[in-house]
Amino acid sequence: MGELAGEKHAAYILKVEKKKDNLEAVIMEHLRINGAYWGLTTLDILSKLEAVDQETVISWIMSCQHSSGGFGGNEGHDPHLLYTLSAIQILALFNKIETLDIDKVSSYIASLQNEDGSFSGDIWGEIDTRFSYVAICSLALIKRLDKINVENAVKYIVSCKNLDGGFGCTPGAESHAGQIFCCIGALAITGSLHYVDKDLLGWWLCERQTKSGGLNGRPEKLPDVCYSWWVLSSLIIIDRVHWIDKEKLVKFILDCQDTENGGISDRPDDAVDVFHTYFGVAGLSLLEYPGLKAIDPAYALPVDVINRIFLH
Amino acid sequence: MHGRPRKPSTPVDENASSLKANKLKSLQSQFLHNHHNKIYTEEALKINEKLIEANPEFMTAWNYRKLAFEDRIQALIDEELRVVENALRKNFKSYGAWHHRKWVVSKGNTSTEREIGLLNKFQQLDTRNFHAWNYRRSIAELKNIPDEKELKYTTDMIETNFSNYSAWHNRSVLLSHLMEKKVEGYLQKEIILKEEYEFVRNAVFTDPDDQSGWFYHLWLLDQTVKVDMPTLVSSWPPHGSDINQVTFPIILYFDEPVEGVSSHTVTVQTENDIFKNVTWNPLSTNKFKCAQAWMTHLSIPHEEVNSSKKVQVKVSSEMSDGIISLSGVTSSRPWSFGFTVSVCQNPQPAEGQNRRLSYADESFCTVDTNSNSAGLLTSYFESKTSDYEQSTSSKWKSEMIATEIDQYRDMLTWAESKKIGKLTLARLLTAYDAVMSTGAPDTANMEEVLQLYTELMKLDPAHNQYYMDEYSLALLKQVTSNKESLLKYCWQYKESTSSNITDSLCLRLNNLSLSRIGSFERLLWVQSLDLSHNELHSIEGLEALQLLSCLNLGHNKLSSFMALDPLRFLKSSLKVLDISYNEIGAHTIDTRRYLCSSPMSHTLDYDSKFEEFANGDANLVNFWDAYSIFGGLNLTQLDIVGNVAVDERFVLFLAKLLPGLEWLDGEELN
Repeated sequence: MGELAGEKHAAYILKVEKKKDNLEAVIMEHLRINGAYWGLTTLDILSKLEAVDQETVISWIMSCQHSSGGFGGNEGHDPHLLYTLSAIQILALFNKIETLDIDKVSSYIASLQNEDGSFSGDIWGEIDTRFSYVAICSLALIKRLDKINVENAVKYIVSCKNLDGGFGCTPGAESHAGQIFCCIGALAITGSLHYVDKDLLGWWLCERQTKSGGLNGRPEKLPDVCYSWWVLSSLIIIDRVHWIDKEKLVKFILDCQDTENGGISDRPDDAVDVFHTYFGVAGLSLLEYPGLKAIDPAYALPVDVINRIFLH
Repeated sequence: MHGRPRKPSTPVDENASSLKANKLKSLQSQFLHNHHNKIYTEEALKINEKLIEANPEFMTAWNYRKLAFEDRIQALIDEELRVVENALRKNFKSYGAWHHRKWVVSKGNTSTEREIGLLNKFQQLDTRNFHAWNYRRSIAELKNIPDEKELKYTTDMIETNFSNYSAWHNRSVLLSHLMEKKVEGYLQKEIILKEEYEFVRNAVFTDPDDQSGWFYHLWLLDQTVKVDMPTLVSSWPPHGSDINQVTFPIILYFDEPVEGVSSHTVTVQTENDIFKNVTWNPLSTNKFKCAQAWMTHLSIPHEEVNSSKKVQVKVSSEMSDGIISLSGVTSSRPWSFGFTVSVCQNPQPAEGQNRRLSYADESFCTVDTNSNSAGLLTSYFESKTSDYEQSTSSKWKSEMIATEIDQYRDMLTWAESKKIGKLTLARLLTAYDAVMSTGAPDTANMEEVLQLYTELMKLDPAHNQYYMDEYSLALLKQVTSNKESLLKYCWQYKESTSSNITDSLCLRLNNLSLSRIGSFERLLWVQSLDLSHNELHSIEGLEALQLLSCLNLGHNKLSSFMALDPLRFLKSSLKVLDISYNEIGAHTIDTRRYLCSSPMSHTLDYDSKFEEFANGDANLVNFWDAYSIFGGLNLTQLDIVGNVAVDERFVLFLAKLLPGLEWLDGEELN
């Protein structure tokens, strides 16, 4: 089995951070703040966060904040819950949450909860359980969960539970590993995992492992490194991760590396990107690959960051 | 017309008036022409505006404005739909594009056929596009397309290509709705299930490796087996038993987690008295007050004990809308159970424990079947489910499962790929036993189930641990299925160290390669439990065993202190604990973290007294979880050696936390 080329991946991320004008960077400009979260968290897991200039990053993040209190994907972009979470997570990495006007951000997030407990991503009303997770995770990190109706939020998430034990974007939507991570993560953070049939969901999740050792996101689909996070973190949260072959998954992730230029791709020999680099490294952390900092499966931040926030 | 003074008109007036009249007449006729020809150009709108300014009472002019408005909206809508369609051609998985379409459609009139037509096109291109399926469901709701029609669509999709998990999923959603809403034609569950079993059989048998039908079949099985409401399946004390303590716990064990157990919904009474103010506690970590096991402590008043040697106690539930499952189903059938309390006149004084309890084989001897404890065991098997609840109409269930069993047995004779056949057969056999609630589970079936899981471990090694867990559960079902098999694992202590602990039986389930424990409803009587030398990484469910005073978990795979969280609920009973030679401290990832009480899941407040207790020792600060678990236990004996987390500093920390501890890792403390 190959090894994790940690140094190469750290170098790759730092390189991508600097390149802002090529096609790849420009086409992803609208979600740069997500990219920053993926890159910086990967660096922290690899214990290389000091390679980044904290001040520059934080000042750019704050420039992405809109007058409503929410954050956009980049400077001048409209605010949305998805980018607001990344902003908070990055500040948590740097232990600088106090930079935020907590009341303002929490009010923005809380304003997006609907009567039925669901969350809209922004003022334009798209509803999806991804946004339930983002809202709950954000508020929990800044210790303002009390600003929303948690009971209704949980009720809505539970209404998206399917007959195969999984969860979809909205009630009746098909189970998908990404949505499952969001729902399980939100239920974990709110102490509501008793609504989950762990055996039923656990079996659905463990059957995501294909012959190659990689995980897919739904039945009869191709494996993809990003599911090493979404399926794996869900399995860990419900304590069923022993139902997959961990070694085979490690091997699959390592095979997806570009060991020469750094970075990890969705499948072996495909083009790399920051998104899959993060999910690959985070997945390896969950699999207890040696030399990596432990990551928390629900908050998707290093365990020491979470302990710092909740244990004092 | 009002308020005009009467005065003769001058020729100037008359001229001005007729000019005005001509202008207005021209405006009106132009307007009517535009209106009848549905002309809504900017120019036409200006004409209409002038007319309205001159004569706001001209009703038709206002109607025209509404039509013009709707026409403009329609043009805007059509334009937006065109833009979305173009974007979707480029990327038919764009969240933004699909949401915009949904938003636009909500603004006005759109053609259902057009939307369904678009969907059909996209769903043919990619049958698994969940955006399309979600949009389809929202259109069906918006346009009131009946569920039956959409069900037919899934039938067509599946008949075209059964490998369409998205279609099977939608089918399960639609069928559930139709059955729930009691729609005409969907009233008889048995008929629907029979048809669906046949329908999915084609999928599974055509390509056993394709997962599309697996989960649908499992859902059908669950629909076949499930009981219509939450049910009480077991209790401590068991129905018809006789116990000899004045103060004891009462445990209610349901088949699924429930809310609403309280003194309003459950009555506890003796012949003479009803106990008011009984507090029922859910044995679970969540704040939402629901659990599978509930308990209370009861003390029979002295007067009653002294006056009659035997006190009859009855626990019952009559209320029809009190106890509710997590999915909102009320337990509306009444239940009750009864037992007697007889206290001997001279209770033995409890000796101070000065001997260390050992689990070595030599400490035990076989059980005296005439002893008290053996008697309690017997009453468990005599009481069975029928004394609490009886679910009716199970004949069609067992017949349906039997048919499936035959089908899958047959499939295994000709299918090359055996995995799903064996797994399904094991589940069917287990389900069959579950619906045949009249007697003990079929021993032949249980043996076959164990055999199938053993074969599956070799057949599908990647999922080896899943089959191991299922095997362990099946094994424990077998062990606890009747008195004879259970007694094989029960032992008595040879010597007594304290009258309380060693009079009881020890259930020894060591060295069984158990990776998981279950069958708790049959183990509520257990006071001493040996689970050592197994593969356990979790003791979830053990919190129901409220009588547990001795627990041996040595030589297992417990990998964090959080894994011991269930012991929090055994604060009043647990005295002897062995967790030596586990993996606590050896892992960076804690898989029990969110299933237990912790500040991260907002189910436990961080105890700031802990920092004081840890005395600012930087290393000990990591042991907040050990602090919260051991902090309430009153252990007299503890074995903890052989765990990475346990060093000298930790041992001192623990000794400070457990002032009543007499034995630690085999050494007597002073």
